[in-house]
Amino acid sequence: MEHDPFRWGRPSDQAYGEYNNSIAHAGQQQSFPKMNTQQPIVTGTSVIAIKFKDGIVIAADNLGSYGSLARFTDVERLFPVGDHAVVGISGDISDLQYVSRLLEDLEIENNYDYDGHSLRAPHIHEYLQKVFYHRRSKMDPLWNSTIVGGLDDSGKPFLKYVDLLGVQYSAPTLATGFGAYLALPILRKVVFEEKDVEKIDEETARNAIKECMKVLFYRDARSLDKYSLITITKKNGVVFEKGLKSEEQSWRFAKDIKGYGTQKV
Amino acid sequence: MTSVGTGYDLSNSVFSPDGRNFQVEYASKAVENGGTSIGLKTKNGIVFAVEKIITSKLLVPGKNNRIQTIGRSIGAVYSGLLPDGRHLVSRGRDEFNSYRSQYKEDITVPYLIDRLGNYVQAYTCYNSVRPFGITSIIGGIDEDGTHLYMLEPSGSYWGYKGAATGKGRQSAKNELEKLNLDELSTRDAVKEAARIIYQAHEDNKDKDFEIEISWISKEETKGLHQFVPEDLLNEAKQYAEDKLNEDEDEDEEDEDENMEE
Repeated sequence: MEHDPFRWGRPSDQAYGEYNNSIAHAGQQQSFPKMNTQQPIVTGTSVIAIKFKDGIVIAADNLGSYGSLARFTDVERLFPVGDHAVVGISGDISDLQYVSRLLEDLEIENNYDYDGHSLRAPHIHEYLQKVFYHRRSKMDPLWNSTIVGGLDDSGKPFLKYVDLLGVQYSAPTLATGFGAYLALPILRKVVFEEKDVEKIDEETARNAIKECMKVLFYRDARSLDKYSLITITKKNGVVFEKGLKSEEQSWRFAKDIKGYGTQKV
Repeated sequence: MTSVGTGYDLSNSVFSPDGRNFQVEYASKAVENGGTSIGLKTKNGIVFAVEKIITSKLLVPGKNNRIQTIGRSIGAVYSGLLPDGRHLVSRGRDEFNSYRSQYKEDITVPYLIDRLGNYVQAYTCYNSVRPFGITSIIGGIDEDGTHLYMLEPSGSYWGYKGAATGKGRQSAKNELEKLNLDELSTRDAVKEAARIIYQAHEDNKDKDFEIEISWISKEETKGLHQFVPEDLLNEAKQYAEDKLNEDEDEDEEDEDENMEE
């Protein structure tokens, strides 16, 4: 007779052997230390942006790379938020999707009140910076670099960077990833410092960004010649152009490159 | 109410011998005295309007809203106890956001109203709580189009083309029935909504009131629930006043004719 009432109705040890308790506690048991993101998996490359006298232009291509494999060719990496702001995200695509959902939630909550305030670029940047720094402090970072662009409270152009560490800075021209090496020098020829912004019109800014997207496609092996571009001005608000192609490419120089692939040197 | 005083009206969730739940009926009484709320469903949009009785001259105009946003393209307006409405909207927002975080897409209006209906119904079942003292009109746009519902203190809800609740609901319903809601543009519906609220206020003329109007439309608000812009609100108010005066003039003329006879 079994005298422990808690064992009544259970398979007897005699018949089945002692119960393996790890089965009942499968969820809680850890056979491996807790691990957070160690590296990005599917990634998006550079985001580039420039200020001009009435607003900003920002662009990012549509590629999601799986290592060196061009895995997804229709990834949207620019996210308009509110009526006067955009967030451009490079780095891990799954974290990008998470951030984009955070931004949507932020926008929904902001629409609850009709107090005349609207969500503007500086507020969104401040929020994102807090999120990124919080996650890096938990040793579980969101693996992205982002550029927030738009208009500030006084209607002036606004451009600011924030990345997976919570590092932030502002400049009249910004680029994430490879763009910081390949595109920024070209953009700085157009706008070198803050006071140059006044001299630049939309057309010039757009052309500079388009030129940079082409250079990036030439020289960044994780990029695509299909990209999205957003222009934000007080007059027209957010103008979203999708599926642009880098035009007038010339690959004549390619035949002279030696030492790669199957060619005999 | 003959059964009042028999003891069956003292606690929630208890039926009277003739099958009524008095606490729920008393909650409806609280609604019947509240300012009139209406909702209109047009082909492409939703319009909400409410008559806010001004209880004190010290209240700031344009504040203390009775129309609220539940989420993105879903709005609500209610007649009855203000705090009960606030609580229901807050619950609606929680439902909206938890659905989003679970399914990564927006909740449909019929599903939201079903969740809220169940929530309100639960408040008729327990002695520790009282029913909601509001009838709320909830509507919005989702992937299936426009939806408008009215949710009562009992927890029952019905779909409507035009809905009205509060003190002036009877005359508001009459006016809503006359509208051709399938043909009306959302912009024109805003004006008609103002007119109906002004008309419903006629029986309560001694008190000052403020009108609040919001709308949801793919064309006009990019599908978001928003208050109508200042100029449209003024236009709608003007239209309502003009229409009302027209009717009065006609009445007077009729009376004059009768006198001549």
